[in-house]
Amino acid sequence: MIAIYTLWLRELKKYFRSKSRIIGSLGQPILFLVALGFGLGPVFQKAGQGNYIQFLVPGIISMSILFLAVFSGISVIWDRQFGFLKETLVAPVPRWQIMLGRTLGGATVAIMQGFIVFGISFLAGFKLANPMALPITLVFMALIALIFTALGTAIASVLEDMHGFQLIMNFLVMPIFFLSGALFPLTNLPKALNIIVRLNPLSYGVDGIRATLDGFSQFGLMTDFWISIIAVAILISIGSYLFSKIQV
Amino acid sequence: MEEDIIKIKNLVKKFGDFTAVDDITFNVKKGEIFAFLGPNGAGKTTTIKMLTTLASPTSGTILINGYDPTKQQEETRESFGIVFQDPSLDDDLTAYENLDMHGMLYKVRKKDRRERIEQLLNFVELWDRRKDLVKHFSGGMKRRLEIARGFLHHPKVLFLDEPTIGLDPQTRNHIWNYLKKMNQEEGTTVFLTTHYMEEADKVCDRIAIIDHGKIVAQGTSEELKAKTNTDYLEDAFLALTGTAIREEAVKNQAMSGRARAWRR
Ligand SMILES: Nc1ncnc2c1ncn2[C@@H]1O[C@H](COP(=O)(O)OP(=O)(O)O)[C@@H](O)[C@H]1O
Ligand SMILES: [Mg+2]
Repeated sequence: MIAIYTLWLRELKKYFRSKSRIIGSLGQPILFLVALGFGLGPVFQKAGQGNYIQFLVPGIISMSILFLAVFSGISVIWDRQFGFLKETLVAPVPRWQIMLGRTLGGATVAIMQGFIVFGISFLAGFKLANPMALPITLVFMALIALIFTALGTAIASVLEDMHGFQLIMNFLVMPIFFLSGALFPLTNLPKALNIIVRLNPLSYGVDGIRATLDGFSQFGLMTDFWISIIAVAILISIGSYLFSKIQV
Repeated sequence: MEEDIIKIKNLVKKFGDFTAVDDITFNVKKGEIFAFLGPNGAGKTTTIKMLTTLASPTSGTILINGYDPTKQQEETRESFGIVFQDPSLDDDLTAYENLDMHGMLYKVRKKDRRERIEQLLNFVELWDRRKDLVKHFSGGMKRRLEIARGFLHHPKVLFLDEPTIGLDPQTRNHIWNYLKKMNQEEGTTVFLTTHYMEEADKVCDRIAIIDHGKIVAQGTSEELKAKTNTDYLEDAFLALTGTAIREEAVKNQAMSGRARAWRR
């Protein structure tokens, strides 16, 4: 178990040491919050959907967690190139523990980033509907963070170098974000889109966060929770399997 | 009674059509210092990777401390320590943190960890720099830190892949003395690869000369010299491997993504 703690601690140390990474990864969520929140707000209101900032903030929190989580998972590739990965692969501990430590660390970092964005959203006029539900919000933030750190780790375990990174960002992470209900309500969607959204694990995390922060839920909190839990279990299993098969 | 702590039989590693390790067989006795001596691209690092669970063999059998690295990975990993040829430190952590993390992964108790880290950092003359991030270190300092890390816990078998490359003669000498002491006092079996013939000659009990993935000769330094009718190990080495200069097989290396990344 000390191996899990060791790798978890490493992720945290690296996060707190790179101020540019913390600030850099705030840029995108803030941009989305301002440009979309204020830009589309009036349209949203006219369409009878209420306050767009209230609707958008859960989506932007999820987005910041998603991106940082995938990024943390993908860092396996960096460690492979800079050589540190070997050091952990020969350590006398089961490789799933190494993977789990990395994943928990990456997820913790992503959750903290989510909180920073959460804090900033109040500056944009976000209002908390029900403070009592905050612990449940945290649960969903953690679930999103775990799902996507594990996904990043799984992908990085089968990639040899950074060449595929852009491909993954454009053809996996961006679609996961845009097709999740983070930005728009899931009512009256075209059928094909609706199916994609329902297959996307992020949709349930976003919905869970929105349910607890704004009181509105599309799928129901229990559905959100169980589907997210199942996604965590599946991705951590796949991730640790692929991680344990890495050869250098 | 187990006498041979490393037993390798008909070991082969292919990358596509290219055979990097070509049917090698050898044993290393418990408590021995054993060297793999060979030109660039001979297959030394690839062999070590297979012995240390980092790569799976194409065929052949391996036993490390009685365990098969392809099946009993954890037991095998419990049995050895390693100093890699390529860098393997975390540049974003300090020197101290790198060693501390290693100690934690290898379950060295906190108190022992502190003592040993201080002792080893002093030994490689990096104690004053312990709080500096490794990314600010020079190549030689990083190398010394890697070696210190390799000595932090006390495994049954210690693998050292070109450990002293890029170090000055004083430091090299220093490190070989430490290694000899560790070998004598704790009975650690040492498996190393090196380019430096005098080192192999001076430090090692037995030597295997490897070329093009094949073991061309093995024995004590004396036996190798007698076999080739030479007075120096270097001459024996040249007699056995020829004098042609070896480039690492560039064509083959280009196939590996990792190698590509390294070259940039
Ligand atoms: N992952 C790989 N893919 C393809 N070829 C490789 C790979 N790793 C090593 N090789 C090739 O195998 C040969 C042996 O390499 P190596 O074991 O590193 O030699 P040494 O350590 O003796 O210098 C070299 O020709 C090298 O280019
Ligand atoms: Mg080598």
